[in-house]
Amino acid sequence: MSETFTKSMARNMFYGGATFFFLLFLALTFDTQGALPKRDHRENITPEVVRGKHLWETRNCIGCHTLLGEGAYFAPELGNVYPRRGPEFIKAWIKAQPTHTPGRRQMPQFNFTEEQLNDLVAFLKWTSEINTSNWPPNIEG
Amino acid sequence: MQYQSQAVAKPYFIAAIGLFVGQILFGLIMGLQYVIGDFLFPAIPFNVARMVHTNLLIVWLLFGFMGAAYYMVPEESETELFSPKLALLMFWIFLVAGALTIVGYLAVPYATLAAMTGNDLLPTMGREFLEQPLITKVGIVIVALAFLFNISMTLLKGRKTAISLVLLLGLWGLAVFFLFSFYNPSNLVLDKYYWWWVVHLWVEGVWELILGALLAFVLIKVTGVDREVIEKWLYVIIAMTLITGIIGTGHHYYWIGAPEYWQWFGSVFSALEPIPFFMMTVFAFNMVNRRRREHPNKAATLWALGTGVMSFLGAGVWGFLHTLAPVNFYTHGSQITAAHGHMAFYGAYVLVVLTIISYAMPILRGRAANPEKGQVMEMWSFWLMTVAMVFITLFLTAAGILQVWLQRATDTPLPFMAVQEKIALFYWLREFTGLVFLIGLVVYVLSFFAKGETKAA
Ligand code: HEC
Ligand code: HEM
Ligand code: HEM
Ligand SMILES: [Fe+2]
Repeated sequence: MSETFTKSMARNMFYGGATFFFLLFLALTFDTQGALPKRDHRENITPEVVRGKHLWETRNCIGCHTLLGEGAYFAPELGNVYPRRGPEFIKAWIKAQPTHTPGRRQMPQFNFTEEQLNDLVAFLKWTSEINTSNWPPNIEG
Repeated sequence: MQYQSQAVAKPYFIAAIGLFVGQILFGLIMGLQYVIGDFLFPAIPFNVARMVHTNLLIVWLLFGFMGAAYYMVPEESETELFSPKLALLMFWIFLVAGALTIVGYLAVPYATLAAMTGNDLLPTMGREFLEQPLITKVGIVIVALAFLFNISMTLLKGRKTAISLVLLLGLWGLAVFFLFSFYNPSNLVLDKYYWWWVVHLWVEGVWELILGALLAFVLIKVTGVDREVIEKWLYVIIAMTLITGIIGTGHHYYWIGAPEYWQWFGSVFSALEPIPFFMMTVFAFNMVNRRRREHPNKAATLWALGTGVMSFLGAGVWGFLHTLAPVNFYTHGSQITAAHGHMAFYGAYVLVVLTIISYAMPILRGRAANPEKGQVMEMWSFWLMTVAMVFITLFLTAAGILQVWLQRATDTPLPFMAVQEKIALFYWLREFTGLVFLIGLVVYVLSFFAKGETKAA
């Protein structure tokens, strides 16, 4: 690197650049916070949805599945499983696990109550209604 | 070793390598479950193996970073560590907490673990990479604070170099952004938005400061190039990191419900993120070419150059591959992501930790460098693991392209599971290559036991 560009100039570039872009990031975050209610439809987050998310987390569904494209890549995307399969299929599916099909990937049995299944479905339904800019590309996720 | 207290780094490095072995074994279990779906089911379901694999990765890298700091900061500050006793105490606390957490994952159902460990008080569990029970998370914060206190006090009483300052900034940033793991709103969109403040702002932000500092330290030692030159490079690299990487977080905000302007911010800034990685490569080669001495530790130089090249390939090239919004629309959450995740983590963070271990461990054992035979084994392990990782990445990329093609970029999409069956061949190839990686790792471990002539450090 050239001699006229000194170490202290490099240091200033670091502190200045980091500070500026961090502040810009905070400003964008502030704007995003304001825009989100229209896109996430938070008015529809019922107690069922809240409990459903809690079940989703404490059973670590994300360790096999993606949700809106984030998570593990071992099992189907579930962000749009509600429109893909519908509530009854989802509940029946979860109750019927594992399939025990030899050699096929397995999903555990979670022994949910009927109420818990309804909560999970409510959470998956709400999730499928988030405005994700048309992701995923098609119903298969 | 110039300062007695640097010796506390040794247990940290040993623990790091031990956990690395565990990480790879669980990786291979998952690799097999990808093709033989019921392998070890229900004893070790896939999600459990995955938690163990990724959490071990993070924990052993943290052990590596802490060991590196305990080794580097006394030497850079030209003073003994503030409290070696505290450092050893924290080592045992972190090791025991980590081990108990892994046992918890394996021994009890996750929901039971959550109930046992106070998750209902403050739900933080069940999110990717942040699966740790609340008490483990709190433990991590305590260990991190004690560690930062120890290191900061050392720096304050001694010489302040750019390298140790950057290292410390990175480590403080690591701890600060980890605090977002305690924020878990019931609104999934907000949850995801701030989840990335841990994950992205770690690997494409503050961790890169740590990476740069470690690399700069080892390069000064093995090449003897003037500190002024190296530190100037360091500042420019990390400046570019944060200038591109902070707003680059936007490449995770395309499809999770955030406003659409993130597609522009994320694409433009993250497309520039390869720049600092490219500079890192040029930096490493440049310094080695301008070396003023022939350091007897050839292996350390190889690891350092490898870090430069592989981090650029894994983070820079494979990151760029899927970072533009119109591409990411199709590749998001596919095997392409997994391919990139593997090579980036390996190329940047695994290799830089192995670089500092390769440089420091012989000195901690009282010699300037390992015996010839040990170094040859180390270099073999470098090539075995690195070539294996390149092929793992290529096979996953092939799987990912087919996956996108069959499931997403088509008018007649096939269901997820149907596609997985069609691309199973690539998962088999990944698994065999993973075995080669394991062989490389075994050779690496054995290299520590090689006997032969050595010079005193
Ligand atoms: C150990 C891995 C694993 C875990 C954990 C897991 N799943 Fe699954 N899940 C699978 C696999 C594999 C499939 C596809 C199986 C098949 O097609 O035979 C699947 C399929 C599904 C389906 C059907 C998707 C479709 O499009 O047909 C739903 C719904 C589902 N899982 C919900 C859940 C929920 C909710 C949880 C958490 C409570 C969960 N899963 C946890 C592995 C897992
Ligand atoms: C060598 C043999 C290895 C095998 C067979 C293996 C296998 C796997 C598998 C199957 C997954 C889960 C993918 C999914 O979610 O469906 C995974 C995830 C992961 N592994 Fe490995 N792995 C190996 C080595 C490594 C190494 C060396 C690293 C670190 C450099 C690593 C880092 C990761 C990371 C970061 C993830 C999460 C990826 C993501 O979410 O995109 N793995 N691994
Ligand atoms: C050493 C640095 C890096 C590491 C360790 C790393 C690691 C990872 C990991 C593990 C993931 C998967 C996260 C998940 O599970 O959801 C990921 C995702 C991603 N990374 Fe990186 N990364 C690095 C640098 C970069 C860079 C420089 C770029 C861009 C040029 C980039 C672009 C992306 C993108 C676009 C995704 C999202 C993929 C998706 O949509 O599924 N990464 N990265
Ligand atoms: Fe990122």
